[in-house]
Amino acid sequence: MSAGPRTPFENPVVEWVDSRLPLFTMINKEYGVFPTPKNFNYFWNFGAIAMFMLITMIVTGITLAMNYAATTGVAFDSVERIMRDVNYGWLLRYIHMNGASFFFIAVYIHIFRGMYYGSFKAPRELLWIFGVVIFLLMMATAFMGYVLPWGQMSFWGATVITNLFSAVPLVGTSIVELLWGGFSVDNPTLNRFFALHYLLPFVIVGVVFMHVWALHVTGSNNPSGIEPKTQQDTLPFHPYYTMKDSFGLVVFVAIYAIFIFFMPNALGHPDNYIPANPLVTPAHIVPEWYFLPFYAILRAVNFDIGIPFTDIVFIEAKLGGVLAMFGSIVMLLIMPWLDGHPVRSARYRPFYKIALLVFVVAVFGLGKVGGMPADAPVIHFGDFFTLTTTHISQLLTLYYFGFFLAILPFLTKFEKALPIPESIHDSVLKCKSSCGHEA
Amino acid sequence: MEKISMFKKIILTSAAIFVLYAPTTQAAEAGIKEIIDVPFEFEGPFGTYDKAALQRGLMIYRNVCAGCHSLKRVAYRNLEALGYSEDQIKAIAAEYTVMDGPNDDGEMFERPARPSDKFKSPFANDKAAAANNGGALPPDLSLITKARHGGADYVYSLLTGYAEAPHGIEVPEGKHYNKAMDGNVIAMAAPLSDGAVTYEDGTPQTTTQYAKDIATFLTWAAEPEMEQRKQMGVKVLLFLFAFAGIMYLVKRQIWKNIHK
Repeated sequence: MSAGPRTPFENPVVEWVDSRLPLFTMINKEYGVFPTPKNFNYFWNFGAIAMFMLITMIVTGITLAMNYAATTGVAFDSVERIMRDVNYGWLLRYIHMNGASFFFIAVYIHIFRGMYYGSFKAPRELLWIFGVVIFLLMMATAFMGYVLPWGQMSFWGATVITNLFSAVPLVGTSIVELLWGGFSVDNPTLNRFFALHYLLPFVIVGVVFMHVWALHVTGSNNPSGIEPKTQQDTLPFHPYYTMKDSFGLVVFVAIYAIFIFFMPNALGHPDNYIPANPLVTPAHIVPEWYFLPFYAILRAVNFDIGIPFTDIVFIEAKLGGVLAMFGSIVMLLIMPWLDGHPVRSARYRPFYKIALLVFVVAVFGLGKVGGMPADAPVIHFGDFFTLTTTHISQLLTLYYFGFFLAILPFLTKFEKALPIPESIHDSVLKCKSSCGHEA
Repeated sequence: MEKISMFKKIILTSAAIFVLYAPTTQAAEAGIKEIIDVPFEFEGPFGTYDKAALQRGLMIYRNVCAGCHSLKRVAYRNLEALGYSEDQIKAIAAEYTVMDGPNDDGEMFERPARPSDKFKSPFANDKAAAANNGGALPPDLSLITKARHGGADYVYSLLTGYAEAPHGIEVPEGKHYNKAMDGNVIAMAAPLSDGAVTYEDGTPQTTTQYAKDIATFLTWAAEPEMEQRKQMGVKVLLFLFAFAGIMYLVKRQIWKNIHK
């Protein structure tokens, strides 16, 4: 993309190409000498890891698609054929199935990294927004992918989630029928979900390109949250970070491989090995683990919102739940404007650090109650009050939104940051003397 | 100082969260299900199927379960994994008669099953299966250990879980009390009893042994790739650990001057 000045290459073939399309100049500029803060910790590996997972999912997904049949009568059988009769079909499917989980693990850590070190703040707001869009697209893709094996959870999960859209005023029913391609989750639904499940990953690739492009304009944030000032603060991307990323990636893949080869179904639900049956509803319909926090937020709103002591209802419980669920993602989108504190890194913001770590615990808690039945009793307080899973999810949902809408603006105004080092180089030196060895 | 403490905090938090999460699999299921943890040979990263147990399990399936339960995703040819020869498999398949056709005259005809055929189902379709079993459909067993919480342990517990209903629990007419079943009521009558199937290899002919053998067989039926998967996994992990070690050393070498 760079049309700027070009240093000629020695290799004549490379030079011939580069003088016509400066591909090698671009690669060298963006991944070779690209100045990168020298103080990254291993949290900075997860972008590259997520990229690796995206490619893994696309490659295994295309191969699986060659053997999969998106028709309700045979979808389940075609997956079982892949598992039993296609050469290494079980391997492809287990890589893909667990790959979804590990893609989300990588992305969740990547998002946490961005929140902890303030990577979403100016001038990286757009970069962050592209990231949230990727996250949304991933959720849509994963949801539709889970429908394809056409097991019980596929069918009933699809039924529950698509039905959510019926809560939208006026056009709700039309949206649901458009998603279904009919009047219930059936063959047309499976067909369009397969088509979209194949399409969306390539849309993700497009947004990832924008994400990386934006990153290469602003440059990376770093654990200190201070912009690099001199050459002392940065290192060329290659070989320092190509090497560090490769090492982190291999460790990540090793953990991923433990799941693929030794516990391939640990993250799935047994009911999805029962072929879909519209006449039998599973005892508990639960989404995949990576959706559980959002599922808990959805179910937390079990009350109508209106004027108290009257019959006037503005938002019915169902719509309220849907709004809360989508609102939880909107919070991420507008986070750069909710947190206007001039200091980026939580390292120098003791209160933000605590609030964020509590937020992480709250999200895990939401995940936990999201996987449990609603209104299940947890603790009894005598005869007066029983704390249920729904109560817990309501409390945690309150914190989730409170964190964004109250705590962040409050801290922006009142939090006094700790003294910030002069430069990245300085922060590394300071760390040397007091934090021991840290890669 | 602060960097270390932050990492410690994160590690401690994640450890706490992991503990919190560990027993997440449907802890609050209705009814008390008793699942016994049976030590199977195929468990663990190096576990393999006990071929003798698989063969005994096949025998139980054919003599007991196959009366009502299909095994429609498994083909006779797959029995090679149990240690049978090609001729033995041909002989086993030939004991069944399957419908084929239409032939050139347009007629459907019956023929002995071939190794390439899937296990013959006891009933023509699900409706017939349910009609012959008091309205309850006996599930296909090809994936049963993957389709139930507890897997092989569940199959074992269910088959050995028949008992007198405790006082105060109503079991409807024609149903049975079972400690491992959801809601503790099951349509299937106790299928196994001591001595019901004759073992020629001297293995004890007890209900518990039968249950263990059929659970092993059904695990194989659901996960025929398991041995290959685990063996490949060991190699893959050995490679990845070694590779990670080398990568770490190279990384340190490259970063050596930066860290000074």
